[in-house]
Amino acid sequence: MLSVRGLCTEYADEHGKAVRAAHDVSFEVPAGKLFTLLGPSGCGKTTTLRSIAGLERPRSGEIVVGRQTIFSSKSGIFVPPNRRGLGMVFQSYAIWPHMTVFENAAFPLQVSKSRKTRKEIEATVLRVLKVVALEEMAEREATKLSGGQQQRLALARALVMEPPLLLLDEPLSNLDAKLRERMRFELKRLQRELGITTVYVTHDQSEALALSHSIAVMDRGQIRQTGAPREIYERPANQFVADFIGTTNFLRATVNAAAGASGLHRVASEVGDLVVRAGDALEPGAKVVISVRPEDIYLSEARPQGDNVLLGTVDTKVFLGESVDFRVRVGERVLQSRAHPSLGTRVGQPIHLSLDPEKCVALKETAE
Amino acid sequence: MEAASGSRLARIGAFGSPRLDFKWVIIGACVALTLYLGVVPLAFLLWQSFFTPQSAAKAAQFTLGNYRDAYASEETWLLFWSSIKFAAGASLLAFALGTLLAWMNERTNTPFKSLFFALSIIPLIIPGILFTVAWILLGSPKIGLVNLALQKLFDTDAVFVNVYSLGGMIWVDALHYSPMAFLLMTAAFRSMDPALEESAVMSGAGMLQVVRRVTLPLVWPAIFATLLILFVRAIESFEVPALLGLPVGIEVFTSAIYQAVHRYPSQVGLASAYAVTLLVITTVGVYFQSRLSTRGSRYATMTGKGFRPRLIDLGNWRYLTVAIFLAYFFLIVVLPFAVLLWSSFQKFYSVPSMEALSRLTLEPYRTILGYPSLMRSVWNSLLLAVTTATLVMLVSAVICWIVVKTRLRGRWLLDNIASLPMVFPGIVLGLAIMILYLYLPIGVYGTIWIMLIAYVTRFMPYGLRYNTTSMLQIHKELEESAAMSGASWSTTFRRIVLPLLKPGLVAGWIYIVIVSIRELSSSILLYSPDTEVLSILIWELWENGQYVELSALGVMFILGLFALVLLAQLIGRRFGIREA
Repeated sequence: MLSVRGLCTEYADEHGKAVRAAHDVSFEVPAGKLFTLLGPSGCGKTTTLRSIAGLERPRSGEIVVGRQTIFSSKSGIFVPPNRRGLGMVFQSYAIWPHMTVFENAAFPLQVSKSRKTRKEIEATVLRVLKVVALEEMAEREATKLSGGQQQRLALARALVMEPPLLLLDEPLSNLDAKLRERMRFELKRLQRELGITTVYVTHDQSEALALSHSIAVMDRGQIRQTGAPREIYERPANQFVADFIGTTNFLRATVNAAAGASGLHRVASEVGDLVVRAGDALEPGAKVVISVRPEDIYLSEARPQGDNVLLGTVDTKVFLGESVDFRVRVGERVLQSRAHPSLGTRVGQPIHLSLDPEKCVALKETAE
Repeated sequence: MEAASGSRLARIGAFGSPRLDFKWVIIGACVALTLYLGVVPLAFLLWQSFFTPQSAAKAAQFTLGNYRDAYASEETWLLFWSSIKFAAGASLLAFALGTLLAWMNERTNTPFKSLFFALSIIPLIIPGILFTVAWILLGSPKIGLVNLALQKLFDTDAVFVNVYSLGGMIWVDALHYSPMAFLLMTAAFRSMDPALEESAVMSGAGMLQVVRRVTLPLVWPAIFATLLILFVRAIESFEVPALLGLPVGIEVFTSAIYQAVHRYPSQVGLASAYAVTLLVITTVGVYFQSRLSTRGSRYATMTGKGFRPRLIDLGNWRYLTVAIFLAYFFLIVVLPFAVLLWSSFQKFYSVPSMEALSRLTLEPYRTILGYPSLMRSVWNSLLLAVTTATLVMLVSAVICWIVVKTRLRGRWLLDNIASLPMVFPGIVLGLAIMILYLYLPIGVYGTIWIMLIAYVTRFMPYGLRYNTTSMLQIHKELEESAAMSGASWSTTFRRIVLPLLKPGLVAGWIYIVIVSIRELSSSILLYSPDTEVLSILIWELWENGQYVELSALGVMFILGLFALVLLAQLIGRRFGIREA
């Protein structure tokens, strides 16, 4: 449906020097799917989205929506944004304050080439406003809407043209925490029901994990990993992805030997010998970094059975209500673990840590 | 976010490909107009100052004679010296008055505060020429009411005050522009976060140390910038030097330019040489003032939260401050207006007395309303004001969009050129345009069009300022979302940008209407018998000695302007904006 190939963008900084914003970005979004560009600010995700929108002109690459090439540096194609017919929701919503709710949503139809009659426009707009539950407010001034309502209006305006592709630029970042959570479900339901192909930009990893069919994690202009949410979370391809998505413990280690055909390896880590999983077969002697998430470190006072059991001392603990965060000292290192609040081991007491080998992911050390 | 548009993409703009469409026609026309208006008259003025007068017999020749004449003579240095004395005196006095009032209003508990801001509109509703005439009626040695009252009181023949003097010129000009100083210093007082002073106190500094080490260094850029603005404005002033200085032979640059043009044969070259000198002075002033303002933003103390500092309780001293304020109000509003009102009901000008009171008449009003050129002047004034305001606001909206919203190369230059007329004193602009269209045979000279050109040039910077304020508040995503909705550039401009600019557009429009109607110093060199405007009519009445008719016209003029200003404030409040 949408395919972006070899996209490179640049912009000039204050001194007129060219700064690379996105470098060789390529991805495909199948029809009806929600694809997320995730990364810290300045990683090039918004630039990529704006390039798809046509609000920025990339330096090179190709963008195809459906069968239409909307940008290609090779054949010199650049379709201006107002002829691309894509829907977009901006971070600020960009609701026009001098228009009513209805006028905002009707604007794309009023300026479109296919002259619709007033009646048709009215019917379409009301239908879309109903989808986002704003039909009662059609005559209200747009500025009188609450944050969540403005967000839904922006969505209605983007959908009213029935675009082949919907672009969302951090649409939830201006909402307060409670509302953001609700809108997240709302957005997911709408996207799944309408089956509209969507590109979503966010820096919020939980948002990305909750909404997406597929996620591309970006860093400094490049895509570091593309995959389904679970895949990205459980099998990060590199240290950056493991670190950016969720919380994790990193342990330096050296590979001792492969342990069977299941992709497991034995390694000597800074907290002792461990059995870990690696995507590719690792050579003995290779330096790796083990990533293990707090919720995959099980704590118990009695020594459990199995591999990867370590003994440590409780360093600090933080009560969070639904869980307790333990920091456990093992040798020179302090590991973070998430446990059920019922675990009452005191600070300074010994405790056993059990690391699930399937969840200990060996990553190649990134030279940084 | 990391969104940033490159210069290349910006050339394409956010809307559409760089092929020739309506967008580029409009943008091109506006840019061309601005460049033409801003640059060509200036170039012609410079060029002209190096040539001998053209006559039927002899073509103009290159010469340095104008400058030699201008600078070799003792008179010019006298002129220079009296200009500086006048401008320095007027700006310092206005500054002192304005600062005192601003301090009283912002930092003390002086009563009647709501009146303070009513003051700020005085220079708008009492045009300089009427204010000056009113003060002549008050302070002239022979007929001045102040003198007559004091002579009666002390039973002498001594002349107490004489406005026909350098001191009188400084007094009248400073008084007229003190509200401007008040507004500028109010802004300075307001932009200072009292927490900065309070934290100095908490650090253990004494009152004097706070003033010396925190307050003064912080407000210093604002003080100096205000002084520069007032100085530039005073040296550009035309009405006061022309009406008060010329009769007693005190010339400053502006009045000397007027004299040189109106002499027979007129010495345009000499006037140009004076004008260039004046232009150099104002340019230096404006340059340093803008440098100070940008540097001042480093000291930015604005938090946008709007703080009200703790007011100093003056105790019984507040009766003194309120007395000062009332005296000031009396001098700047009540007396000038009252004297005009009085003389407008007299058949011949006479001082107030019981006898004169019995001779009150509506005769001057009848005369002036039947005056042959009145209707034409009113019509010309209104036509010019409305056309100027409309043109300026629309063109400057486009210029402003280019400067604020695009990343076109050279847009800063466009901004500077559009603001260039700011440094043109009115009479210099009038001279430059007069010369230009004398040489350019396109049939503009002597028509109302030449005045329209002068007005549009002169007020373009104001339009730009009003539009910039609102343009900066328009988030770029509001335009981008229109593009994503499929709207072309011109549709976006018409349906999104202009409506969002409306508060600034309307306020700026009304402001420009008001200043256009009062314009005198450019018009005085450009009008011809068919194209007089109201301010020129007043000037002519003064020259003819028709004081009572002038007063009647003046009273009606002031009331009309007052209504316009009220309307502006009303609309301003409705659109939720304040005076820029």
